[in-house]
Amino acid sequence: MTEEYVEIDLSLPSMKVVSNLCKGCGLCIEHCPKDCIEFTDKFNELGYKYAKYSGEGCTGCGICFYACPEPGAIIVYKKVREKK
Amino acid sequence: MQKELIKGNEAVIKGALMAGCSLYFGYPITPASEIAQAAAYYFPLLGGTFVQAESEVAAINMVYGASAAGKRVMTASSGPGLSLKQEGISYCAGAELPCVIADIMRAGPGLGNIWPEQGDYNQMVKGGGHGNYRNIVLAPNSAQEMCDLTMKAFELADIYRNPCIVITDAYIGQMMEPVEFPTTRKKVPYKEWALYGDEKSKKNLVTSILMNTHLEEEHNKKLQKKYQTIAENEVLYEALNTEDADIVLVGYGIISRILLNVMEILRKQDKKVGLIRPITLFPFPSDFISQAADSVKSFLVVELSNGQMIDDVKLAVNGRKDVHFYNRMGGAVPSVDEIVDVVKKFI
Amino acid sequence: MKAAVLEKPKAFYDKFERKGKTQQETTHYCPGCGHGNLHKIITEALSEFGVDDRSIIVSPVGCSVFAYYYFDTGNIQAAHGRAPAVATGLKRSNPESIVISYQGDGDLAAIGGDEILQAANRGENMTVIFVNNAIYGMTGGQMAPTTLVGQKTTTSPYGRKIENEGYPIRMSEIIATLEAPVYVERTALVDFKTINHTKRAIRKAIKNQIDKKGFSFVEVLAPCPTGWKITPVDSQKWIQQHMMPYFPVQAFKDVSDQRESMEIEQRDYSDQEVLDVLGLSQLGEKKQVPASFIENFPTQFMKIAGFGGQGVLSAGVVMAACAMNENLEVTWIPSYGPEMRGGTANCSVILSNSRIGSPLTTNPNVLIVMNGPSLDAFEDDVQPNGLIIVNTSIVDRRVKRDDVDVLYIPLTEIASGLGLTAAANMVCLGAYLEYTKLIDYKSLFEIVPLAIKKKHLVDTNLKAIKEGVKYIRENYSR
Ligand SMILES: Cc1ncc(C[n+]2csc(CCOP(=O)(O)OP(=O)(O)O)c2C)c(N)n1
Ligand code: SF4
Ligand code: SF4
Ligand code: SF4
Repeated sequence: MTEEYVEIDLSLPSMKVVSNLCKGCGLCIEHCPKDCIEFTDKFNELGYKYAKYSGEGCTGCGICFYACPEPGAIIVYKKVREKK
Repeated sequence: MQKELIKGNEAVIKGALMAGCSLYFGYPITPASEIAQAAAYYFPLLGGTFVQAESEVAAINMVYGASAAGKRVMTASSGPGLSLKQEGISYCAGAELPCVIADIMRAGPGLGNIWPEQGDYNQMVKGGGHGNYRNIVLAPNSAQEMCDLTMKAFELADIYRNPCIVITDAYIGQMMEPVEFPTTRKKVPYKEWALYGDEKSKKNLVTSILMNTHLEEEHNKKLQKKYQTIAENEVLYEALNTEDADIVLVGYGIISRILLNVMEILRKQDKKVGLIRPITLFPFPSDFISQAADSVKSFLVVELSNGQMIDDVKLAVNGRKDVHFYNRMGGAVPSVDEIVDVVKKFI
Repeated sequence: MKAAVLEKPKAFYDKFERKGKTQQETTHYCPGCGHGNLHKIITEALSEFGVDDRSIIVSPVGCSVFAYYYFDTGNIQAAHGRAPAVATGLKRSNPESIVISYQGDGDLAAIGGDEILQAANRGENMTVIFVNNAIYGMTGGQMAPTTLVGQKTTTSPYGRKIENEGYPIRMSEIIATLEAPVYVERTALVDFKTINHTKRAIRKAIKNQIDKKGFSFVEVLAPCPTGWKITPVDSQKWIQQHMMPYFPVQAFKDVSDQRESMEIEQRDYSDQEVLDVLGLSQLGEKKQVPASFIENFPTQFMKIAGFGGQGVLSAGVVMAACAMNENLEVTWIPSYGPEMRGGTANCSVILSNSRIGSPLTTNPNVLIVMNGPSLDAFEDDVQPNGLIIVNTSIVDRRVKRDDVDVLYIPLTEIASGLGLTAAANMVCLGAYLEYTKLIDYKSLFEIVPLAIKKKHLVDTNLKAIKEGVKYIRENYSR
């Protein structure tokens, strides 16, 4: 696996691209309002230059998740208040 | 009265309902329309579904869906409609979906006319649609058999997960005869492979596409094996006076009834004439015909077509004896006397 | 505080095992293909509504032929264009299942144009997702019915021309003109806003089905970067610039609030109910008749002919039923089709004590002619020593042959005397049985009440039979 381990800091919203499931279409990058996703210049197992989270700025809006055609390539984390 | 005087086409529907069939999808065409009309009348009264589809193409695909949903389902048509259904029948065969299709044959090619013919033999018995598949084909020659063989068709279709055709001609469909019906309705078995729209069955997939050549070949081999099993176990025929016969008449549907008269007349004149009536056209009674070929001098195949079933008779006889042929086409049906004269030429 | 996560929806399989041994977590679709987004939106909706277990997705022919790799629901693959028909079969079989017909533009708007219109028009309670990418993806970028004017494809290499191919077809607008559909909307997959719009529309289309409201249709303008030969990002822009002006993104019909939900009663029927409905419970025991009656019964090859409305077909049916009731073998076969519409009708009836071969009476030994043309047509066919019954009220000539027995009876006048011209056929049957004594004419009384649909006419028909009997007694007593 070429996937990089990303430490998830739950105190802040974040996203993760599962690198081997990314087809490098760039739609997440195009649509992220915070410009916090970027291409790597590495190729994944599928042979695509994949996207990755730049590491900061994510608001957890979820836009990238729906923009991505792949079922499991993007995961978005966001803290929410637990229901009482 | 113990029997009902009923048209063959209507007997199909009553038989279907007694066999547990609960959905009918069809498109009207003479001379099969009474089947759709009877279905439209009876199915809703028993909680079943009748839909007059927009075409035969749609009808067979509705059948495909309902069969996949685990139900007993049927459609019916005649020549041109069956031509349209062929792609769907091939899909049913490929996806191994049981279904019953009645073909009340009329004259062709093209629009032809509405009178009886047997020109659909090749398209229904040999395949008709694309790919390596076979239909089970039952050929009733009376209203009673229209009921009985339709019921049997549902059983066979389920046992083998295969389309089953009830094929006959306009006369058998339009004729009224006494029919004795069963008194209990058959229960439809639970189908492990079907899509019931519930948790248990959602793992199931109904498809005929296998992109992997190896898997598609394996699937084809499995189908061929199934057809072999059917050929070994499901042959039905009627044989009369074949033991001592010099000449054996071979025909199905309305022709078999005319041949019965021909045989009776000639027997009265001390002519050794026998009769073989295939009841299943696939599987064809090849073994029996082959055995008969040992003792008889010749065969006379009579068809309302350009000679389609005769190929199967010839394959069974395998050149050992003469196989004569007499036919009428275009909706013309030979008279008894006409065939008596033909037979006399060969004895 | 805890982390809420947007990840692969539950209604996807964990591993796409049907896809093959490798790449079991990615789709087979090209990078940036709209099918993937839609799969995600559909699975998410099914999971949220909690209906994935009872859902069945119909995979079409097109790039989404393999949609069944992905959906953890019931799956079925349909012939090209026929998904709405297959979905109809599924839904009518199990009305509680949630059936989604997922189709491309070639599948839905070209080869399957009729199936979609008719399923919509029947108001099938199903959800249709129509993926409009203005091209045939799977077969290599050929022209679709939705291909834009001027758009180059492998089968419109000079661009779609109006003169040759007409205009792109707007399916949503067409479907929305139909009365039955509850909800028709077109959306797109180009940005956050349109994707959200698509999510809402698909949820609504599925919810409508769950609520049994009827037919819902969502058309989605979706990118096919491979077919269009541009990048995924440019594909979305292309939709915005070229497709959306021609295919407006909006709701065309939404009457889901006004529609009642359609509950379908389902129950089992007892054998008795089934027999009652099929009219089989009134059938009883076999009648006892003397063996000698059967043994000595001479086969009757009857031809009954006349013009439409004279009851020639029903006379045959009643005669056959009567003989059947006496345990004889019988057949009845009508002339049918256009011949009947020409105004003449005839039927062949055979009554016999043994198995009947051909049901056709080419040479009848009983000919009943209700009008002149019938006598002209069939006189010569009658067997020597046969019987001809002539309706003298209408036939104005005598039988030419001298080797047959003839009864001349003013059938229509006798029937008119009873106030029911149509009962001439029954006068005839009464006369026939009284003359031949083959079956007691009273046996007809057991059949006529069952055979005649208009119950208030039964009595007159019975009287007609008696009149026929009387006429024979008075004129032809042997
Ligand atoms: C009867 C029949 N004709 C033609 C084909 C070949 N075929 C397969 S997919 C396809 C076009 C599909 O295009 P569309 O519905 O737009 O779906 P897309 O691939 O774009 O998703 C055709 C013509 C077929 N499978 N069956
Ligand atoms: S969740 Fe929103 S902000 Fe975060 S990466 Fe995705 S698109 Fe950007
Ligand atoms: S949208 Fe998905 S597939 Fe495309 S680049 Fe982003 S993560 Fe990769
Ligand atoms: S060809 Fe087009 S529709 Fe087909 S998978 Fe590729 S992008 Fe999608």
